[in-house]
Amino acid sequence: MMEYNPMRDEWIDEIGILAKLELTGKEREKAKQDIAQMIWYIERLKEVDTRDVEPSFGVLPVSNVFREDEIIPVEDRDAILANAPKLRDRAVVVPRTIG
Amino acid sequence: MGEQDRKGEAMDVLDLTAVELGRQIKAGQVSAVEAAKAALLQIEATEACCHAFIQVDREGALKQAEEVQCRIEDGSLTGPLAGVPMAVKDNLCIKDQWTTCGSKMLSDFHPSYTATAVECLKQAGAVILGKTNMDEFAMGSTTETSAFGPTRNPWNVDHVPGGSSGGSSAAVSAAMCFYALGTDTGGSIRQPSAFCGVTGIKPTYGTVSRYGLVAYGSSLEQIGPIARDIRDCAAVLEAMAVWDVRDSTSVRRKEVDFTQALSADVRGLRIGLPREYFDGELDPETDSAIRYAARALEGSGAVVEEFSFPLVEEAVLAYYVIACAQASSNLARFDGVKYGHRAEGCQKLHSMIKKSRTEGFGEEVRRRIMLGTFVLSSGYYDAYYLKALQIKTLVSQAFARAFERFDILLTPVAPTAAPEIGKFLENPIRMYSQDKYTVSVNLAGLPALALPCGTNRRGLPVGMQMIGNYFQEKTLFRAGYSFERMRDYRKPDIGEVIRKGKSYSKGVKMATVEKGKG
Repeated sequence: MMEYNPMRDEWIDEIGILAKLELTGKEREKAKQDIAQMIWYIERLKEVDTRDVEPSFGVLPVSNVFREDEIIPVEDRDAILANAPKLRDRAVVVPRTIG
Repeated sequence: MGEQDRKGEAMDVLDLTAVELGRQIKAGQVSAVEAAKAALLQIEATEACCHAFIQVDREGALKQAEEVQCRIEDGSLTGPLAGVPMAVKDNLCIKDQWTTCGSKMLSDFHPSYTATAVECLKQAGAVILGKTNMDEFAMGSTTETSAFGPTRNPWNVDHVPGGSSGGSSAAVSAAMCFYALGTDTGGSIRQPSAFCGVTGIKPTYGTVSRYGLVAYGSSLEQIGPIARDIRDCAAVLEAMAVWDVRDSTSVRRKEVDFTQALSADVRGLRIGLPREYFDGELDPETDSAIRYAARALEGSGAVVEEFSFPLVEEAVLAYYVIACAQASSNLARFDGVKYGHRAEGCQKLHSMIKKSRTEGFGEEVRRRIMLGTFVLSSGYYDAYYLKALQIKTLVSQAFARAFERFDILLTPVAPTAAPEIGKFLENPIRMYSQDKYTVSVNLAGLPALALPCGTNRRGLPVGMQMIGNYFQEKTLFRAGYSFERMRDYRKPDIGEVIRKGKSYSKGVKMATVEKGKG
């Protein structure tokens, strides 16, 4: 297999910010190797001639799928809220959001 | 009646296919409760060894079986699958029932709604035994990335069952249930079906509603049945193929009476063998098993021809770019705020989100999210994601040209039979390249069937794939049904599985995540 360089620290930091993942220590070093290897793997995409080829966003010829904007009452609010890690008076409690 | 007699009767019931069982239940020869008890006994005997399930709902299943039996007796339930015990892959939501996606992130999650596909089968009288093991968030090809420990192949417990629907395939193969639901984003129904010697189909994109399926690759995935034979697959798919307003990619299909297509007649059927799929990487035993099958079909009147089909390796690259990109978007919702694993000890919201995600996701999921984030990021979107979507177009065009000449394509499902446990875990790239026969089908949105065509020298099943044109599941079922009539199908030796289980159960790490502890 061709040699590839592990991903630079600033790249893994940037991806971490976008993906909201924070790797440290050995996991971070492994991720740098793994992601660099995966990018090396997909580099071969660039060799395919795609001039004048439209990208496919969907597979079937359906578009603009609309429905009537009807309000359907949600009756299982308690069931939904039961999954929340921390609740107070039916509000989800989280750590400080500002500052 | 002695214990041995009861066990013997239980084994007889387990030998039936889903449709055969449905018929016997309807005729009063066996009850839904007896069938459920037989399946649960089988799970007790084999689960320590196979670990096909994340959760078995014994009480719930018996209660469902009683209710269904009453409805069969009063005539309100008349379908072919009424009373038949089945299992559901754990990325499909069932209301109030633990749904984990094989992940620590959702180790204590109970959905407030049921997936449409599951709802359809419940209305048809399904008895749900439990939720099956899977690669975490469906990302994997071996069911080894599950946070709850790997599933083992009932044919040889040193080998993987395949993935990501490995639990479902193993459960059907070991007669723990009569059919199961899987999901297929890049081969995750077809490949484990092949590895476990059972039959599975990924339908045309849009056929089965994705409402209630925890999304991984939204433009690629479909829910489908894994069962013992073609008739069972056709019956299950028929029950689930409904248009759903809650899935904007759901298609209103007209002819979904798939069980009417089961005739053993392939006269004049044009079968294409893509030359590039039978390359040096394909295991010789797999190659010869599939060519033998092709000759058998030819002997029954089909016309078989090799042809050139390009972009095999490129399709894998495009698939992983698209799937990872969509995964990075779909899994962004898991942040520990309203549901799922929440990290402790964080003073600020932003830190809590990052730490929850880093702790909740396993290594493979984190890898794919990061790659997906990278290919969608500014400066790289055109070079990678848009490029991959262009290759997706080229793949669809290649299939369109092929289906001008052929009715179905016959291909391998995987380069080898099931590999040993642990073989691919440390080398993800090598694992990804094993998917080269299956991913193109998802890129194009076509239907494809996997069915057994032999066993190799080590006694492991070899499967083959039949790919059809859009909405041509009936053609696939006809071809598959015809081939079934020709082959000699060998079920796994369940007694051997149980004997090996006793020696393996101490060594196997069954669960690395406990229920309710994220």
